[in-house]
Order: sequence, then C-alpha cells, then structure tokens
Amino acid sequence: MNIVYKFRDETNEEIEKIKSNFLLEVNHLSLTIERVGKGSDVEHLHVIRDFHLNIHQGEVVAIVGASGSGKSLLADAILGIHPKNSLIEGNIKYENQPLTEKRKKRLRGNDILLIPQMTNALDPLMKAGKQVESFIKQKNKQKIVKDIFQKVGLDPAVYHQIPSTLSGGMIRRIFIAMALASKVKLIIADEPTNGLDAEALDELLFQLKMLANDNRGIVMITHDLEAAMKIADKIAVFYAGETVEIADRKNVRKAGKFRHPYSRALWNALPQNGFVPIECSQPSPAEEIIGCSFASYCPEATKRCGTEKPELREVENGEMVRCFYA
Amino acid sequence: MLAFHIGKFILKRTLKFVTLLFAVVVLTFMLVSLSPVDPIQSYLGAEMMVVSEEQKEEIAEYYGVNQPKLQQFFKWLKMFLQGDLGTSLVYRQDVLSIIQEKFVASFALMALSWSMAGILGYALGVIAGMNKGTFADRAIKLYCFVLASTPTFWIAILLLIVFSLWLGLFPIGLGTPIGVVSEQVTWLDRLKHILLPAATLSVIGVSNITLHTRQKVIDVLDSEFIRFARAKGEEGFTLFKRHVFRNTLFPAISVHFASFGELFGGAILAEQVFSYPGLGLAIVQAGLNSDVPLMMGIVVFSTFFVFIGNLLADVLYTMIDLRMKNGEAI
Ligand SMILES: Nc1ncnc2c1ncn2[C@@H]1O[C@H](COP(=O)(O)OP(=O)(O)O)[C@@H](O)[C@H]1O
Ligand code: SF4
Ligand SMILES: [Mg+2]
Repeated sequence: MNIVYKFRDETNEEIEKIKSNFLLEVNHLSLTIERVGKGSDVEHLHVIRDFHLNIHQGEVVAIVGASGSGKSLLADAILGIHPKNSLIEGNIKYENQPLTEKRKKRLRGNDILLIPQMTNALDPLMKAGKQVESFIKQKNKQKIVKDIFQKVGLDPAVYHQIPSTLSGGMIRRIFIAMALASKVKLIIADEPTNGLDAEALDELLFQLKMLANDNRGIVMITHDLEAAMKIADKIAVFYAGETVEIADRKNVRKAGKFRHPYSRALWNALPQNGFVPIECSQPSPAEEIIGCSFASYCPEATKRCGTEKPELREVENGEMVRCFYA
Repeated sequence: MLAFHIGKFILKRTLKFVTLLFAVVVLTFMLVSLSPVDPIQSYLGAEMMVVSEEQKEEIAEYYGVNQPKLQQFFKWLKMFLQGDLGTSLVYRQDVLSIIQEKFVASFALMALSWSMAGILGYALGVIAGMNKGTFADRAIKLYCFVLASTPTFWIAILLLIVFSLWLGLFPIGLGTPIGVVSEQVTWLDRLKHILLPAATLSVIGVSNITLHTRQKVIDVLDSEFIRFARAKGEEGFTLFKRHVFRNTLFPAISVHFASFGELFGGAILAEQVFSYPGLGLAIVQAGLNSDVPLMMGIVVFSTFFVFIGNLLADVLYTMIDLRMKNGEAI
C-alpha cells in the first residue's frame, strides 16, 4: 500500500519560500585583473566573465572546472580577498542581502569560511590546535579542539604539533576541524580533496557531507568531477570564466549525461564513462570572446555560436544551461 | 651523535678563529711598525725635553723598541701566548687592566645602542612592510637609504651640535662630568653622557634591520597562510599580532646579532667625536702614539669579542632552526 502525503497549501507555500530563500546567490559575477604589460599599456585579464551560482542551507554545490580556470579567484571574490588590482562586477547576495565589500569583511570567518586549497595555509610557527582554537568562543578551548580532532580522525596530540610535521591529509582534516569548530553557515571548500588517496578522499567527502547535514551550505570547488558526483546536490560546470551548466546530480545519474557539450566532454573523460580525452583548452583570459566561449572546440557548433553569446537559461527545476541547442 | 656534531662545530670555529686572529695580529703589527711616530717620544710626552739621552736609551731598551721588527713581533707573540699583553706606553699601565676598564664603558655604549637600534629598527620595518607603498613606507625607506650612506662621525657631530650646543640637553663629551671624583658620579650623569653617542650608533644601526624586517614582512604578507588568515577575517593589528610578529621576529634577531661587528666599528668613530672613554678612544690613542702593546691588545680583544657575537648569532639561529625542524612551536 502506498502512502500518499498531501501537503496543505500553506505548507506548499512554506516549501516554495524556503526553496527560493538562498543562502548565497551569485549572478553575472565577473572579475578582471588589471595588469601593466610590456611598455605602459594595461592588460585586462577576464578571469571570471559571467558566473552564476546559488545554494541553499544544507546543500552541497560543486563548482567543477579545469585547473587554472580561475576557481580560486572566484572564492577570493566571494570572500572579498581578491587581489588589489582586480575589479569585481555583478551581484552577490548572502541571506537575501547584497554582499558588499564591507559586509564581506564582517562575515568572513564568522558566517563564511574558506577551506583553502593549499596545505601551506597554516601558520608555520603556530601549534595546529591553537589555529583551530581561534574559532571557539567558549572556555575550555583545548578540550573542545581535541574532541573535534578525534571526530575528524586526528590524534589529539596533533594539537601540539606545528604544520611542518603534519602530512597533507592531516592538514586537510584540520581545515575540516576548523569548519566544525566555527559557527559558519557557508563553507567554500577550495579543492579540499587534492592529493588524497582514494580512502582518505572518501572520508573527507563524508565529513563535508556531515557539515552540510548540519544545515550549512557547502560550495565545493574542484577539478575532480568524480568526487563532485559523490556528494554534490548540484553541479555547476565552470568554463572560460562562465557557468556553462548547473545540473542536478540525481538527474545526471539518471540520464547518464550532462546537457552542455563541455560538461559532456568532462563526463566522458571519466574512467567509468569511456576515458575519452578532452580535446580542448581554455581560451586565454586576455581574449575578448564574441559568441559562445566553447565554440572553437564544440562538436555541435553552428554559425550562430560564433557570433552570438548564449545566455544561461533555466531548463527545469533550477537546472540551467548556456547553449543554444541543449 | 649530537656530541660529535657539537664537537665538530666547536673545533671548526676554534680553528677559524685562530687563523683569523693570527692574520689580524700580523697585519696590525705591520701597520703600527710603519708608523713614523717615535714611541719614546709618545711615552715621554712633554718630559721629552728634560730627560737625558741615556735615560731615553734605557727606556728604549726596556720596551725593546730598537730591536728588529721581527724580533719584536715574536717577543710580543711569546708574551701573548703566556697570557701577558704587556704594558701600554701611553697610559703607562698594564694593557689588560686598561682594556677591562675601557671595555665596560664601550660595552655599555654598544649594548644600549644595539638594543635601541633593534627595537626601533624592527618597529620601523614592520610599519613600512605592513603599509607597503604608502607614504610612511617610502619615508622610512628613504630614511634608511640616506642613513646607510651617511658617515657615523657626521651624524655624531650633527647630534652634538643640535642637542648639546644648541639645546644644551646633553654634555659635549666624555664619559663622566669634568672635575667630579669618580665615586661621586651618579647613574644619571653616566646616562646623560652615554645617550648621545648611543643615539648616534642607533640612528645608523637601524637601517639594516629596518630594511631586512620590511622585506621579511612583505614576504610573509604574501604567503598563503596570511591569505587564509585574511579569509578568516583577521586584519590589521590582529593579523600582525597573531601571525606576522612571530614569523618575522626571529629572522630580525639573527640579522641584528650579525650586525654586531659593524656596531663595533661605528663605536670607535662615535667615541672619537664624543671623547667617550671607551676602547675606541683608546685604540686611536694607541695608533697615534705607536703604542704597540696597547694596539695589539685591543685588536686581539676586539676580534675575540666580535667573534663571540657572531658565534652567538649562529648558535641562536641553529637552535631556532632545529626547534622548527623538530616541530616544536617557538
Ligand atoms: N593575483 C593574481 N594576479 C594575476 N593573475 C592571477 C592572480 N591570481 C591568479 N591569477 C591567474 O588567474 C588564473 C586563475 O587562477 P586560479 O584561480 O588559481 O585557478 P584555479 O583555482 O582554477 O586553478 C591563473 O591563470 C592565474 O595565473
Ligand atoms: S552554444 Fe554552440 S558552441 Fe556553444 S556549446 Fe552550444 S552548441 Fe556548442
Ligand atoms: Mg585553485
């Protein structure tokens, strides 16, 4: 016998409201680095051109893109720690309020936490435990930190060690411990699984998932589509500084494919999907792009693709794609 | 294993020191020997007129100044190895006790200016580095470059003119007030006499440590862990206190230790201008009057002193380095 739940209208409204209540909402974000090139002419690097993303509490959204495509700068832009010679345009909202530079300053570390890409991001002269402690406001900090260390699979003795004595895997766990110790609602994890073996990788993904289950939003930046497919609710594919697709992971699994030709190429490059090598590189950030950014490599490109820029459009239920023909 | 390393370290350093000392001693002796000043004349001073030729002969005989230079050198070396530095011609006193007395004064001067330069230089370096590219940074950099190329005696005279002559805040020179018995000299008197020479040395000594600290601060600020600290919301003074301070202090200290030798050279010049009765003044007296025993004594002592300073810097640096490699927090 099937039980059919029937929501009252009010409840449906509530659900709608929660659905449209984003924790973080990014629209038309661009980041341009101004660099003085040869002579005195100024070179503009359009590292991020047209980026979109939205995330609810308790959700994991993966941003998948090639190395060097500007993903770390994207994290910097959201946190407001981007280089001085860079310009940000577009709009970012956090809890439905515009995220101004001033507000970013107030929120980082308190509401929004970065899990850094580099394992040299810990102070080389400070005990590991002390570095986690700064997130804790209560008394008895040391005990709390040691308990958290145990939760993430670290020996409590690690508290007293300095980073040069810790392995990359241990440092990645310390980053997770920081997230656990903090009260942040949004975590931006930049390549959190880099350099981990299969077992450690799965464990770390599990820990990230636990953080999300704790009702925090997780933006996971990665070049590893396979890892993203393991935990993300939504996958945002990043190419040439643009969001080219936002897909629901379950739908991708069901359909066995993405919508956008670039995402498909990434998908087909996975070992279990045929290991088809990707035959495309990123356009240079110094280049102005007319038309579709993927046109030079796209097998389905038409004349229109070379002259007109496709906008990111919604296909269904929050899933989006930037392609005329998908 | 550790004992072996320490042993090797000490042996290596001792050999280096002995070689250096020998070279310095030979060179000094050669230079003093070339001096045209008659040591007997400087010994007798104004009494030159009243002393008979025979007496002069006797004095020359006593100090051995008419013997061949090589013989004189070996005589000095033999005495030195027996721990005897001889008697000064100018002061007519045991060289060792002169050095002792002058060293206390010089050491006070150097220690004071070294600490002042260290604290001030580190602070300036941090301000410049944390505010790279601003007006403050450029002003501090300019100050350092100008000072690095300014002679010590010039600064000394400048300070003397401004603070002693014009403002009358400090005495013109010497280590204690004139006409006061040494038992009655107060600490305040001594402080007043030491402050200007010490300020001279600090003003100059600041430049090296400031520029070094500035660069180190800039490097640290550019590092990944500072980027992360900023992502955690740390800013300004908190950022400095939590991360920059520790990561720049020890490099600054070891650089400052290594600059002790330069300070020694600067002290000699500053003591001249301020007639400050330290080793610097004594060595110039010795040089001007061909006072070989005093000259050699001070040179040997200075070499030893600077060597110890550098050794301390190295030991300190190695210890910090070891602690860091062993993963102990400092
Ligand atoms: N401060 C900067 N100034 C100039 N170019 C930069 C700066 N930071 C990053 N870049 C460039 O921007 C591009 C994107 O870098 P990054 O965000 O680190 O990529 P990803 O994280 O996707 O690997 C790279 O080509 C890099 O060289
Ligand atoms: S718009 Fe054209 S070039 Fe771009 S992805 Fe779609 S088909 Fe390919
Ligand atoms: Mg990156």
